[in-house]
Amino acid sequence: MIRIKCPFCGERDHSEFTYGGDASVVYPDLDASAQQWHDAVFMRENIRGMQSETWHHVNGCRMWLVVQRDTVTHEIRSVRPAHDGFAVAMEVDQ
Amino acid sequence: MTRYSAWSVFKNGLTGQKGWDRAWRDPEPKPSYDVVIVGAGLHGLATAFYLAKNHGIKNIAVLEKGWLGGGNGGRNTTIVRSNYMMPGNRYFYEHSLKLWENLSHELNYNVMFSQRAHIALLHSPAARDATARRYNTMRLTDTDAELWDLDTLKQAVPHLNYNNARFPIIGAAVQKRAGTARHDAVAWGYARGADQYGVDIIQNCEVTGVKRENGRVVSVQTSRGDIGAGKVGFAVAGNTSRLWQMAELGKLPIESHKLQAFVSEPLKPLLDQVVVFGVGGAHFYISQSDKGGMVFGGDLDWYKSYAQRGNLPIVQDVAEAAISILPCLGRVRLLRHWAGVMDMSMDGSAFICKTPLENLYLNAGWNYGGFKASPASGWYFADLIANDRPDPVIENLDLGRFERGINIDERGAGPDPKLHG
Repeated sequence: MIRIKCPFCGERDHSEFTYGGDASVVYPDLDASAQQWHDAVFMRENIRGMQSETWHHVNGCRMWLVVQRDTVTHEIRSVRPAHDGFAVAMEVDQ
Repeated sequence: MTRYSAWSVFKNGLTGQKGWDRAWRDPEPKPSYDVVIVGAGLHGLATAFYLAKNHGIKNIAVLEKGWLGGGNGGRNTTIVRSNYMMPGNRYFYEHSLKLWENLSHELNYNVMFSQRAHIALLHSPAARDATARRYNTMRLTDTDAELWDLDTLKQAVPHLNYNNARFPIIGAAVQKRAGTARHDAVAWGYARGADQYGVDIIQNCEVTGVKRENGRVVSVQTSRGDIGAGKVGFAVAGNTSRLWQMAELGKLPIESHKLQAFVSEPLKPLLDQVVVFGVGGAHFYISQSDKGGMVFGGDLDWYKSYAQRGNLPIVQDVAEAAISILPCLGRVRLLRHWAGVMDMSMDGSAFICKTPLENLYLNAGWNYGGFKASPASGWYFADLIANDRPDPVIENLDLGRFERGINIDERGAGPDPKLHG
């Protein structure tokens, strides 16, 4: 079991959360080229090691979080709210 | 090399079992090969075998960082079926099943392929209708497919839980030619078969780099020295992205996720078929091995991972699913459980294709389907490497299909790798 320190709820089992995916993906503007959209939707770096990823605390506060986690050891380095405004308001390092 | 037969078993029985050779050699790597396959799993070994057998290319090395068949080849639930609907998958998996049917003879190695039927339980009229469409489409490719009503199912598998009020069983979709095989025997059989053609299978040889020159791969750097290559094939599902990045090729439409499998203590004969239960978010498949162990599995662990070990919430989910359809398993003890790292692709289908490098070929993205696919995967990958063009059957199993708007998405789950279970 991975334990995730939710900034709103405290440390909880990962089974309370839903895994989102690679948090480094930035979607382009709506009128961006098909190639740019293809790259954002389909292409992944698939890091072996520390990666930024999104988790949804779906059975808790229902907030989206950005978690830095090692994909081999599952060690978690940091957790912050995915919404930048929240992160700033809570004075969490980004 | 000893040819296995009833006579050789009899003869060695009388002579103290002293007449058996090694099943395959343990060669030192040569400085270069015509073809280097990275990954001595089922797909890599099958590729080497068919390159030698079908295409006469025999100066081949298969490089393996651990021991052959030690990755997902030895970590699956051994189910073989071809109940796929989408063009691009249907012909491919049917071809694979046909190869399975003759595989023990072709390899002169008993892979214990047992066509014991694959039974997918149906729980609602909507599921039955959707499955009827899929199974009717399969019949267009001469794949066998049947829909069973409840009485037929109860006769065949009497001890399922037919009193489940939440998810009542109303029938089943059945493929009788489907079944199971002994996974290790498939790896060993292909290894022995390839070795007999002169293929070098080099274990404990980890690829650490890929040397490029003018849009070609010149050699692969390994823990046992540099090995030159005329052509290179990657068949390392689970770690494809790492190798891809060693070749400086950037991103892939693949994420690595892990999938667990379980085996119980051996029981007396209990279940003659492969039974699949999938409803309400549960996903569960079970069969009984020839040794008597119940072999079963469920969903992915739901988050990206390269760790070959599973998490406990999935153990619980799988146990719940087991008890809900086979309550008689309640007191059965778990013997072992393990996890493998899967290439989960963006549409749940595989890649057997050319790459941006002229002499580099890719075999990847097998999701849940790698074991059953291995004979056809090797067959078509060998054909691609030998002839430098894809067979029409695999022409959409390329990396460019998403750019062309083609998704081979059996589940209709969309571009999210973890959903393609």
